[in-house]
Amino acid sequence: MVDVFEPKVVAFCCHYCAYSAADLAGSMRLEYAPNVRVVKLMCTGRVDIIHLLKAFEDGADAVYVAGCEEGACHFLEGNLRAKQKVAIAKRLLKEMGLEPERLEMFHISASNAPLFAKAANEMTERARKLGPNPLKREIVKAT
Amino acid sequence: MIVGERKPFDEIKDKIGQFKKVLILGCGTCVSVCMAGGEKEVEILASELRVANKLAGKDVEIGQATIKRQCDREFIEPVVENAREYDAILSMACGAGVQLVSDVVAPVPIIPALNTDFIGITESEGVWVERCRACGNCLLAETGGVCPVTRCAKGLLNGPCGGTNNGKCEVSPEKDCAWTLIYQRLDKQGRLDLFDKYNPPRNHQAVVTPGRVTKS
Repeated sequence: MVDVFEPKVVAFCCHYCAYSAADLAGSMRLEYAPNVRVVKLMCTGRVDIIHLLKAFEDGADAVYVAGCEEGACHFLEGNLRAKQKVAIAKRLLKEMGLEPERLEMFHISASNAPLFAKAANEMTERARKLGPNPLKREIVKAT
Repeated sequence: MIVGERKPFDEIKDKIGQFKKVLILGCGTCVSVCMAGGEKEVEILASELRVANKLAGKDVEIGQATIKRQCDREFIEPVVENAREYDAILSMACGAGVQLVSDVVAPVPIIPALNTDFIGITESEGVWVERCRACGNCLLAETGGVCPVTRCAKGLLNGPCGGTNNGKCEVSPEKDCAWTLIYQRLDKQGRLDLFDKYNPPRNHQAVVTPGRVTKS
């Protein structure tokens, strides 16, 4: 039997934009990679660097944060803070020995369902290209 | 507050390389405010070390704890018993905290995870700047609350020097000339007469190393 790698992608989505865009993508019957696990937040400002790192520690192959477009945050600047945190977390991933490309920040408005689908596909493809999260082997070994 | 920065990850990894059980000990006061060694930073460093060790195939147990202050014995004592179970302690406090923890939990080796930079203030989000050199001879009453020892590149007590340039310092166009700031502040306060006052050379004997303050 061939062992096919199906990436696990975690998406931290803002309630006011990306999450609504995901909803709309469903209503529009848009097809996107089923590998994405959405975590709904009231604002991407809630994302902490530790959430991103823990997702990788627990075996995510790629992680992304999807917030409002710049200047359109419901809480003024939560998305900008998330953007900074993603940039720091990327640096930390590199230090730790993981590929920073496994993590990304997207800005998706509530009406932009095609962009949500595109982001989901892009991150799944990236994870496929990079291969499984190297920590996963350890997780499997430990269980 | 005391401002510090985390040491490069590779340096930390290298310093704790020989230990199998490491406790990361955060400090909840100054270095927590400057986002270098508080509870959150402990979590992040622990996560980084766990991942790096796993990738390197190393089996290292990483413990986490954060106390209110590492520069006060009473806050360290509750964690001493736990700390003694580890091969080493990676302290995320300033140099003072690291040393007291080392004294209290001896003989457990202590490794500092931060570089202690200066006594400073928060200038804006994520930016801290030095404001006090702890020179032991405070001049702020004469200088309109602007410290020339810290903020003048030459630490001049009777400035400005010839390098002042439209309110900026010759050292860097981004640096304000401390003596211009002092002039402007005294002007606003209507106390420019202080500017003419001669400040005698600094008494370096005021700083005894190591410093000690006793209240009795």
